[in-house]
Amino acid sequence: MGQLDGGRKLEFGSGVREGPEADFRGLSGEIGCTGRKPFFRVTRVSAAKTHRSPSARAGSKHQTSAPHELLLSTYKWMLLARTLEDKLASLYRSGKIVGGVYLGRGQEAFSAALAAHLDQAGGDVYAPLIRDMAGRLAFGEPLIDPMRTYLGSPLGPMRGRDGNIHRGRPREGMLAMISHLGAMVSVVNGVLLSRRLRGIGGQVGAACVGDGATSTGAFHEALNQAAVEKLPLVVAVANNQFAYSTPTSRQFACADLVDRALGYGVAGHRCDGTNLEDCLQTFGEAVRRARQGEGPQLVVGSLLRLSGHGEHDDAGYVPAAVRKSALAADCIDLAGGRLIERGWAAEVDLATWKSEAVNRVEEVLEQVASEPLPDPLGETWCALSVRHLCEGNLGA
Amino acid sequence: MNVTYLDAIREAQAKALARDDRVFLYGQDIAAFGGAFKATKRLAEEFPGRVLDSPISEDAMVGLAIGAAIDGMRPIIEMQFADFSSIAFNQIVNQAGTHFYRTGVPVPFVIRLPSGGNKGSGPFHSQSLESLYAHFPGLVVLMPATVEDAYTMLLDAVELDDPVIFCEHKLLYYHLKADKLPAEGLPIGKARIARAGTHATVVTAGAMLHEALKAANQLAEEAWEIEVVDLRSAKPIDTDTILASVARTGRILCVAESFPWGGLNAEVIARVVGEGFHLLDAPPLRLNSRDTPIPYHPNLWAAHRPTAASITTALRKLLGF
Repeated sequence: MGQLDGGRKLEFGSGVREGPEADFRGLSGEIGCTGRKPFFRVTRVSAAKTHRSPSARAGSKHQTSAPHELLLSTYKWMLLARTLEDKLASLYRSGKIVGGVYLGRGQEAFSAALAAHLDQAGGDVYAPLIRDMAGRLAFGEPLIDPMRTYLGSPLGPMRGRDGNIHRGRPREGMLAMISHLGAMVSVVNGVLLSRRLRGIGGQVGAACVGDGATSTGAFHEALNQAAVEKLPLVVAVANNQFAYSTPTSRQFACADLVDRALGYGVAGHRCDGTNLEDCLQTFGEAVRRARQGEGPQLVVGSLLRLSGHGEHDDAGYVPAAVRKSALAADCIDLAGGRLIERGWAAEVDLATWKSEAVNRVEEVLEQVASEPLPDPLGETWCALSVRHLCEGNLGA
Repeated sequence: MNVTYLDAIREAQAKALARDDRVFLYGQDIAAFGGAFKATKRLAEEFPGRVLDSPISEDAMVGLAIGAAIDGMRPIIEMQFADFSSIAFNQIVNQAGTHFYRTGVPVPFVIRLPSGGNKGSGPFHSQSLESLYAHFPGLVVLMPATVEDAYTMLLDAVELDDPVIFCEHKLLYYHLKADKLPAEGLPIGKARIARAGTHATVVTAGAMLHEALKAANQLAEEAWEIEVVDLRSAKPIDTDTILASVARTGRILCVAESFPWGGLNAEVIARVVGEGFHLLDAPPLRLNSRDTPIPYHPNLWAAHRPTAASITTALRKLLGF
């Protein structure tokens, strides 16, 4: 079992490293599992050696692992995220989580596929949004972080000072989002500009938004800024059809959000957000191009949020026709089906992985539930790092 | 040597760039053009690649500074005018101001705000926003009133591990002069007794310091000795220095160029009343600009903000209690 809070990727499975370290980088040609139909076309990535790959970091021998391994590892992150979020929803309904719970149900493939191509240890930076549990885990967030943050543990990264999806480990490349949509994109730009000024190359930054965030001034300013500076930025737009209750018809008037890429002078990509293979391939290409110095990449995925905005919301505003459309397909079911169809996993494997995920989630819940609660008397009440300039106790 | 307030800001940035590789400058028209006020004149030539023009995107300018600061850099952002920082308000108060408290990771950067009124500048190029930013946790808000402070406080601000809102006053840019730049100044957070007195205390900052000093000089002709406290820092407020002054004089007038509702003056008076009520021989008074947008025409503008004349009148009232 992996460490709970060491900032490293959790291993998830027994013994064999089948986590996110397997990837497509450095592969070429049409590759599939021996004796089976190839499912993926992967282009040679000449920049692959400019940064340390996760496999090199892990000391794994699988630097050129077969593409299905990335599919498998990403699927497992999706499964773990779904399992964790189901538990969080249950804790919320039983009154054990205050505030809100915001799920990425239905968005796991799009979310995890981006992070699967990022290299945390190699210096990539990632700014997830509210529906990116799968991406966060795939990037390297310890499984215990979300549990501690939702339950307000003082041992978590936010120490009860912020909750739910507002969490991160900025020093480890994962920025802590604020609620104001679009606001994280320029912050990623800042990290990337800093790397450039310090002469560090080969690293990319990724910022996640939804269709609603594309309407903000912050999104516009930041994407334009990244384009002007030609920063290695990947912006993932999860078009989940609704911003809270507002449908895309009231959000934007262009035919397709990816059309905006042209206006900003950045590369545009679109993918089927319910299809893990498509997401992996699209993000693989976008991240590769950003890493090679081709400037910002805008990736738009079409999908449907399979939950309310938060668990307080029954999403009754989603029309029946949309609920029955292809967008409403569950990406985890689809990906699991494809794994079985291609012979890379059996039903029993999926069941085993699910049960392992459930165990992992129960373990962290058990641990966090035994941790102390934040203590107002022990709180420093200081919003500045320079303590003698703080006026934090004025109001008390 | 004759150094202006603007020279001091330019020289402080040059020194910060020279002595610290983490420093870079980002703002509109600041590279080859040298900035709307020339506060970055020739810095792009002297420090290639470290003085960068930004698009007209105040939100993204500050967002970028925050990201770079998280990554270990020490950016200085130039807002062309303080007024335009309203576009970046969200990044400043919600992103920069909350970051250390939320994550434990400080965001050291400086936003320079060319602040305050000038003849003919009108509603959107004249504002004093120190009270607005001081309201939010997680920010340090500085208001240099002298050439010396403009220099040392900007250098100190760059070295500080927290976000600093640096309110430099445009009216002082060209006309305020000193013989030379100091090697060091008072530390950040300390107020300064700009003029000693015994009959009443004026607490002020920025360009208003000079109006208050004129008023004090005028009243000195009538044998009134007015003590003038230059706050230097709007946040934190050096309450100890203020209370010590009120203990000497028993009377306080707060003067600020910002709008009257709430703000720095109200905060200082609340502290004096709360912690030093027994020291007061008269009701504390305050003088702000009027509660209207800042007018364009010099005749209206002169009557909109506090001046030596209106400060003198307010002091006479205070001394008459």
